[in-house]
This record gives sequence, C-alpha cells and structure tokens, in this order.
Amino acid sequence: MVLALIRAFEGPSAYDRMLAANLFGTKTVLVIALGGYALDWHSYLDVALLYAMVNFVSTIAVMRFFEYSGMTQDDSEDGGPS
Amino acid sequence: MNAVEMLSDFCLLTGGALCITGGVGLLRMPDFFSRVHAAGLTETLAAPLLLAGIMLQMGWSLDLFKVLAILVLVLATNPTATHAMAKAALHGGHLPKLGASATDAEEDASSKV
Repeated sequence: MVLALIRAFEGPSAYDRMLAANLFGTKTVLVIALGGYALDWHSYLDVALLYAMVNFVSTIAVMRFFEYSGMTQDDSEDGGPS
Repeated sequence: MNAVEMLSDFCLLTGGALCITGGVGLLRMPDFFSRVHAAGLTETLAAPLLLAGIMLQMGWSLDLFKVLAILVLVLATNPTATHAMAKAALHGGHLPKLGASATDAEEDASSKV
C-alpha cells in the first residue's frame, strides 16, 4: 500500500495516479476484510463490500472524465460512450 | 481440518507475497502499460487468494457468503476498471514502449495521429 501511495504521489501522468489509487483501494478492501475477520468485527465485511463498489464506480467515472474531456477531435470518431 | 488450515495458510501467504510483488512492480516498472500489468496481478490473483484464505478459515456462516460476494465483486469489477484505464490512456495519447524499436514506433504512431 505504501508503494502504491508513492507511485500515486510521484506518478508522471494522471493515469499513473489513478491506477495507483485503484490499486490502493483494492488493497484497502483486502485489509478491511482481513482485519474484520481477524479481530471478529463482523460488520467490517459489509464495509469492505461497499468499499469495493465505491472504488469501482469512482475509477470508472474518473476514467470516463479523462477519456472524453481531454481530447477534442479524436473522440468524436468513437461514437460517444459505448 | 488440518489440511484445510494448511491450504488456508498457503493461500494467505501467497496472496500477501503477490500483494508486495504488485506494489514493487507498480513502483519499478518503466511504462504505464507494464504498470497496468503489475496492478492487474494484484487485483486478479492476490485478492481472490487472500479472500479464499479467510473463507477457508471461516466455516459455514453468513460471513462466508459476504466474503464470497466481495470476491465476486472484486473479480468482476477490477479487471473492468483496469481495462477502462488502459483504454483511456491509449486514447489519451500514451503509447507503450516497445524495446529497441520504441522510437520508430512512436514516430510512426505520432505521424499517423
């Protein structure tokens, strides 16, 4: 997780930062699930489930934003979001 | 029961090692697309191994199905997110480095674009 954070802060492009953020989110889900099981906090498994959903939705939303806002000409050939 | 615990420990240890490997790969790889590969390693192999490790230790309860739901969700969504990221980077102008002929490929691609 620390290595992913280093890449997130040092990443040369926005895509590197977003990839590191997604990896950090996945590892956070794993840490919450493992810690919730190891410490017998049963509600933490629900927290991990919700965190996985929010992580996916945020990554897809930010990637859509980058993909269809940065370029002006070439994106019109793709036929919009498909 | 002992075999189940040994299998669970093996899954947990392998998953942790793959997590560390994915982090090191994310930090050390030279290119964005190879970093995508290193991140996909963590998301598709380390996460199911770790979650299967706790599922094996857990026994039959409601928590097992919650962990199974987390596993299915992670396996369904994270490769999709990785693919969307690689596609967005490719559309956004990133090109993979291709070894010795990287400069030629970049020149060809830039002339085409």
